[in-house]
Amino acid sequence: MAKLDINGQVRDIPADPDTPLLWALREQAGLTGTKYGCGIAQCGACSVHVNGRVTRSCSLPISAIKPTDKIVTIEALSPESSHPVQRAWAELDVPQCGYCQSGQIMAAAALLAEKPNPTDADIDKAMTNICRCGTYQRIRAAVHRAARYARAGGQA
Amino acid sequence: MKTPNLSRRRFVIGSAAAGGGLAVGLRVPFVRAQAAAGGATDASEVNVWVAVRPDDTCVIRVARTEMGQGTYTGLAQLVAEELECDWSKVTLEPITPGQNLARKRAWGEMGTGGSRGIRTSQDYVRRGGAVARTMLLQAAADEWQVPAIELTVDKGVITHTPSGRTTTYGKVAAAASKLAPPDAKSLTLKDPKAWKIAGQPMPRLDTLDKLNGKLVYAIDVHLPGMLNAAIRQCPVFGGRLASFDAGKVRRMPGVKDVVKVDDTSVAVVADTWWHAKKALDALPVRWEAGDGARESSATIEARLKEGLDAPEAYRYRSEGDVEAALGSAAKRVEAVYSIPFVAHATMEPMTCTVRYTPQRAECWVSTQNAEASLAALAETTGVPLAQCEAYRHIAGGGFGRRGGNQDYVKQAASIAQHFPGTPVKLIWSREEDMTHDFYRPIAQCRLRAGLDGDGNLVALHARLSGQSINAFVNPASIANGQDKRQLQGWYTEPGDAQLGYTVPNLLLEYAMRNTTVPVGPWRGVNTNQNGVFMECFIEECARAAGRDSLEFRRALLAKHPKHRAVLEAAAEKGGWGKPLPDGVHRGIAQFMGYGSYSAAVAEVSLRDGKLRVHRMVLALDCGHAVNPQQIAAQVEGSVAYGLSSLFYGENTVDGGHMVERNFDAYPVLRLADMPKVETVLLPSYDFWGGVGEPTICVVSPAVLNALMAATGKPVRTLPLRKSGLV
Repeated sequence: MAKLDINGQVRDIPADPDTPLLWALREQAGLTGTKYGCGIAQCGACSVHVNGRVTRSCSLPISAIKPTDKIVTIEALSPESSHPVQRAWAELDVPQCGYCQSGQIMAAAALLAEKPNPTDADIDKAMTNICRCGTYQRIRAAVHRAARYARAGGQA
Repeated sequence: MKTPNLSRRRFVIGSAAAGGGLAVGLRVPFVRAQAAAGGATDASEVNVWVAVRPDDTCVIRVARTEMGQGTYTGLAQLVAEELECDWSKVTLEPITPGQNLARKRAWGEMGTGGSRGIRTSQDYVRRGGAVARTMLLQAAADEWQVPAIELTVDKGVITHTPSGRTTTYGKVAAAASKLAPPDAKSLTLKDPKAWKIAGQPMPRLDTLDKLNGKLVYAIDVHLPGMLNAAIRQCPVFGGRLASFDAGKVRRMPGVKDVVKVDDTSVAVVADTWWHAKKALDALPVRWEAGDGARESSATIEARLKEGLDAPEAYRYRSEGDVEAALGSAAKRVEAVYSIPFVAHATMEPMTCTVRYTPQRAECWVSTQNAEASLAALAETTGVPLAQCEAYRHIAGGGFGRRGGNQDYVKQAASIAQHFPGTPVKLIWSREEDMTHDFYRPIAQCRLRAGLDGDGNLVALHARLSGQSINAFVNPASIANGQDKRQLQGWYTEPGDAQLGYTVPNLLLEYAMRNTTVPVGPWRGVNTNQNGVFMECFIEECARAAGRDSLEFRRALLAKHPKHRAVLEAAAEKGGWGKPLPDGVHRGIAQFMGYGSYSAAVAEVSLRDGKLRVHRMVLALDCGHAVNPQQIAAQVEGSVAYGLSSLFYGENTVDGGHMVERNFDAYPVLRLADMPKVETVLLPSYDFWGGVGEPTICVVSPAVLNALMAATGKPVRTLPLRKSGLV
């Protein structure tokens, strides 16, 4: 049993200490927006925010998370998909199959929180999640667009 | 993006469009991905393709699979175009194979592969929309007691012009559903040049739920009381499961059972997948490797090499006298190319949930062929087909992996039979996914050419040696190794995968050399390697002839204007012949597959011996462009998938099993290496070609030819990682 602060709610998670956060989220908390892709922190499909930092949840055991650590998943990134990253993603029709996009969006949101005006080089460095459909060109454009929205709206 | 010129549309879609294109806001209708069992309750079914709700929502049914390629949206556009409904009130409903079966396959084929989703259903779905429109108008005419010919419709609002009366589709749908449909063949479809919904860069209908975690993929299915299964398959192809010691793991947390799935695999079933996986990792398993253990990359390479020179081969195409022409040629060129096995590595691993009872079997699945899923479920469980159902979810990538084999459905069905009435979800680990794929077949090719004194190509001999997909999936279909499919892209006949070059003395041969490794279609299938072999060798010939790469090809394409037109379009947009910055080099290629014509220009540079692809221009004639923005997305995707295999993609064999197990050993392209992609569409409107696959076959050759321009030397063995170039 672990106490985890998930999306602003502290919950008792009945899982073994070595359970990766990814599987605790998916199987105990019922939050399936965070995806399994590789299990070895290579692909980023499982990306969530822990205390605002993008984290690959497939390789983080819940025993390493304190009850005060704040976990945010794609489901709670924003109300009504209104985060600038989600808006830009919608407008540029970024997703194809969409499976990796929860992770891509969480990675992009964390990048903008840290660097409100990222360069292409910043995007190259931060956006290392795998997309097999190949939506990278639109992801890059959407990160730039989201940065504009965030600066204009003061939200990110 | 500019409004297309309707007289002869040519769309240029590049990063500018992706960066500053459509402002569509967030009001994007979303797909009910969880398969609806029987359609919208309050909607009147006008015909199998269209149901209308009282609030004027038009429910458009789709039979093909959505796996990212945009087919849901494209098919809906085609129906809506003829239906004359309000696009903002369209919603989608995927039908199930059980419904299709129960209604005598009223929705036609459901299989989605070979870039056929739109091109082979466009006629009947457009007619379906036209039939529904006719019935809705007739219902209004009946109500008003006026001739239907006096009615017009715009965005689902019907107007009786003489009297000015209006009604809507939602109001007349119930009456329309009771009318006898007109003969679909008797209706005249719109001229595509007059399209208002089709042909336009409509936003996808399935985007919104992909942005907030709401979309339920097959891997996300949760049913009351559900158990989870993790599977291990015999690592060695052709090997068998000998034994396992269930007692060692049975008391581990959450474990319900350890079951033999079939002759080659074992599964642990537990309350959660994580528990199942942990117990599976701890499970002692013995395998009987069998003769397959002797197979390795070295044995396979030697076998293929032998095929390059073997006296016997399938002579697919022989024109003129190649040997005589080579003998008298002023100059000869010769090269051997080779490409490895590559895995699909869809982001969503193979997964399927099955609920079984002796009376009924159901599965929830990511599949490119829902009817094959249904059949696999029925065959495995013995439950009659009519008592089975398969609920399709939007697939987390397909690329050919989720087609006819349905291995994961059979396994899930077998496991679920141990738990009657309890749903069991099988999820493959990435390691299982990567080591038990149906790989793109391995191949080598020896090419020989003769040039005359003026540098014209007068003789061309290609001897392909490699594995056959048909030999693996349907051996009865290929007598004596005469497997034309492996020569895709070199075909004689027009229409599909036709070789565009005319060479007076031409010999194209195939020596089938099979392996123990399972193979199957992989985005672009055999056009991938055949495009590399042909287009890189033609480049070598052009260089040997001292001719410009574009001009050399143009001359050879004189008899094939569509091939030539895309080549010229790519060259024009790519600035062929124009100056480049220091250190930047261009390459060009053209090829044909899936009924469409493709060409590419790549710009590359080498820095510290490492290749960098800066820009790619791709030109595509797919006949009709149903959604230019989504076509551009597919073209961009084909660049990423193609460059992944060119740079890194290789699955090697040792001791009869696959060596690479995850993305650490099987790298794929990431954002930092994605070039700027510009798409030029030149639909010629006299045929219907595919979109998802055609352009991938020109990606690698264009880059390799640019690399050849940079170094003066060809790279003939893929992936480039082996040469230290990436």
